[in-house]
Amino acid sequence: MRPEPRLIEVRKNVLKQNDVVARSLRERFRAAGVFVVSLVSSPGSGKTAFLEETLTLLRTHYRVAALVGDLATENDALRLARSQAPVKQITTGTLCHLEAAMVQSALEGWDLNQLDFLFIENVGNLVCPASYDLGEELRLVLISVTEGEDKPLKYPTIFNSSDVAVVTKVDLAAAVEFSWETAYNNIQAVRPGMPVFRLSAKTGEGMEKYLGLLTTRLAELRQAAAV
Amino acid sequence: MHELSIAMSIVELAEEEAARRGVQVNAVHLKLGTLSGVAKEALLSCYEMACENTRLQGSRLLVEDVSIVIFCPRCQAQRPLSSVQLFCCSECGTPASEVVQGKEIEVVALEIQECAPNLV
Repeated sequence: MRPEPRLIEVRKNVLKQNDVVARSLRERFRAAGVFVVSLVSSPGSGKTAFLEETLTLLRTHYRVAALVGDLATENDALRLARSQAPVKQITTGTLCHLEAAMVQSALEGWDLNQLDFLFIENVGNLVCPASYDLGEELRLVLISVTEGEDKPLKYPTIFNSSDVAVVTKVDLAAAVEFSWETAYNNIQAVRPGMPVFRLSAKTGEGMEKYLGLLTTRLAELRQAAAV
Repeated sequence: MHELSIAMSIVELAEEEAARRGVQVNAVHLKLGTLSGVAKEALLSCYEMACENTRLQGSRLLVEDVSIVIFCPRCQAQRPLSSVQLFCCSECGTPASEVVQGKEIEVVALEIQECAPNLV
């Protein structure tokens, strides 16, 4: 006779493995005094151009590096290498997002103590990266004016899980009749209080203010570590 | 589409538990938050795939949706969220970004059957 089925309590976080790796990464980053920013956006929003400009401008005073996630190509890493910062490509194959373990293995051989800023560019995708902690200090979500103002309402989860929003390609805002106010309100609706920057990586407009946030946060991180 | 890798993690987790206890799993009970970033329908179809050729083959995934609850800084109380597009207090309308519930991807229980001794 077969015994009766019964229910047993388990309570286990499915992404625990990722979270454990992410937590240890975060501890390593903090101990080394490196400020880690991850970038998420939809494909084509200008993440790579934005990152290239970020690296180029920061490089004059800080030691910067980047990890770039991409499904198939190494084009982004080649583009970013023009900034002369150390760049490593993580080719995810068919995977639509980065996971903490990929970041961990990509960092093998890197001396984090030699860095001030590390950028992690996620795969272009506004859905899947939301669930995975990468050990970053700051998650930055990027939308371009050409995508329209309603992106935050369509993808509330990724906006809600991010710390800072950046609206890019503002040099094209007039041509596509982009409403800054609508976009700003939509971002605030899904993530009240989130800082939002408007900028153009192409013209440089607004870059300084956004870089100011990063350098302030780096100083705070180091101050907290020193206490 | 990261639901397949999530489904595989669920199967792996349940298999470990089943092996440890020497039982067979009929069903996995999962709590899934609205803000988890996981699509339920996609997860359910991936689950079947992930179970193939494992101890979990033929088992069911039972998903309990977990709605979002935020903490209202003005009311100093937890409140349900009426819309994922508007993070504010359902009582007083104050914007609220502190999520206290709704991000879960959690296996909460397993429906099991003891293996018959001659099958162990």
